[in-house]
Amino acid sequence: MAEISFQLLLLQLMTGLALGAIYALLAVGLSLIFGMLTVVNFAHGAFFMVGAFLGVYFLGLTGSFWFSLVLTPLAVGAIGLLCERFLVRPLYGRGIDYPLLLTFGLSYVMIESMRVLFGLEGVPTSVPAELKGVVDLGIGSFPTYRLFLIVATAVIIGALWLFIEKTRYGLIIRAGSRDPEIVRILGVDIARVWLIVFGIGTAIAGLSGLLAAPTRAVNAEMGIPVLAESFVVTVVGGMGSLPGAVVAGLLVGVVFSMTSLFAPEYAELSIFVLMAVVLLVRPQGLFGKAGLMG
Amino acid sequence: MSNAILSVRDLNAWYDRSHVVQGISFDVNAGEVVTLMGRNGAGKTSTLRSIMGMLDKRAGSVVFNGQEILATPAFSRFHAGLAFVPEDRRIVPGLTVRENLQLGLIASRARDTTDAMIDEIAQTFPRLKERLSQEGTSLSGGEQQMLAIARAMMAKPRMILMDEPSEGVMPVLVDEMFELFARMKRNGVTILLVEQNVERALSITDRAYILDQGRIVHQGTAAELLADDEIQSKYCAV
Repeated sequence: MAEISFQLLLLQLMTGLALGAIYALLAVGLSLIFGMLTVVNFAHGAFFMVGAFLGVYFLGLTGSFWFSLVLTPLAVGAIGLLCERFLVRPLYGRGIDYPLLLTFGLSYVMIESMRVLFGLEGVPTSVPAELKGVVDLGIGSFPTYRLFLIVATAVIIGALWLFIEKTRYGLIIRAGSRDPEIVRILGVDIARVWLIVFGIGTAIAGLSGLLAAPTRAVNAEMGIPVLAESFVVTVVGGMGSLPGAVVAGLLVGVVFSMTSLFAPEYAELSIFVLMAVVLLVRPQGLFGKAGLMG
Repeated sequence: MSNAILSVRDLNAWYDRSHVVQGISFDVNAGEVVTLMGRNGAGKTSTLRSIMGMLDKRAGSVVFNGQEILATPAFSRFHAGLAFVPEDRRIVPGLTVRENLQLGLIASRARDTTDAMIDEIAQTFPRLKERLSQEGTSLSGGEQQMLAIARAMMAKPRMILMDEPSEGVMPVLVDEMFELFARMKRNGVTILLVEQNVERALSITDRAYILDQGRIVHQGTAAELLADDEIQSKYCAV
């Protein structure tokens, strides 16, 4: 094996964190929706994909990456709101498999719609001009955009944490995810809270699609492997646990990236091996509560 | 009765296929303490839960404060001034005592007064005052019950429904609790109580209804029921 320097290892670690940042964002959205609504959102990868397309579309429309960064999650979140209100909501109280099947079907509707709207090849993307190039991290140069991914994710997750831990609405979400009935008795229209949480979760999925777009091919199928990877992350972190989603996202990113340094052909496999090991040692996931979501 | 703040007429409710409340009618007047008594499974809890809109299948009429509420969504009762303390207390895990109290005003227009109300409530519940930053579920059973009542009182409801508040609470706290109910009554809060502790309940009750198999089988004033050993042994033994 070729000699691998310490610097290279550190740079690869950073690359893993940048990849993991996207996983963390995706898993946070997935976990938020599952923890609150007990809906396993199989359309999460499709919302990610739509976010990537809309990100490129809004970038073309407004000419500004930053406008797109604001508009895309709003647009994807609005689609999420409509889906919850008219498709998912009638299925509450019928067990976990109904919304799962619905969102599974919904994901194919979204994939086909993007094929019709944007064509089979997808759309070309590039790193926004202001984030092109590399920065010197002291351990070597690192792509500016990947550093931006890590920072942006930290900001988004930090803001979400503040929202959930420090605001009145966050208290409703924390209480409602654990005991929706008492929250209802105390005068909260919990259906509206579920709607908003589904909107936030899908908006974050859309945002992660937009952020990931410059680093991968944007086409209608791009969300399919992402969905599987997001589930790996939520299972490793513990279903419904937000800290678990963040830690497991970063961990999965780093494992993937380190494996691709030493044995690229096993990179895809490595994250599933990680999941299997975690499931054997801690079936509820790193941060999950045994038997029940947190 | 024109003075009734709560009027229940021909209330029926079902859990899946089982018909747990079978045509119950009763009134609670403003400022009264009324107790529903009966054996386990007589339909007391189901009656409270259907008044609160928490059983999906329900029929009949429930008028609270002049408004028909049976078919309205469960959360709207809070805004009409009707509070409920369910039997299992429902202290939200992972939240502090303070946060559980905050929930009591979270949906209210008066939520800006939350901190002031917590201070006020803490006077009434000194046990909670010292434990505001502790996790709610770390309290003893009796303290959790006090917290559940305090949470329901945060919004100053007109009427409060309480399901078995003394269950699993140590006697010294039960005394405290019933003193509190007496004080709430003096302050004009209407109380509908479900209680197994018959003597205790009757000590603060104006009137009581006895339920059996989803129906009201007897009613009377507290004094009448206390004097009637036969009814007590027939319907109220646990």
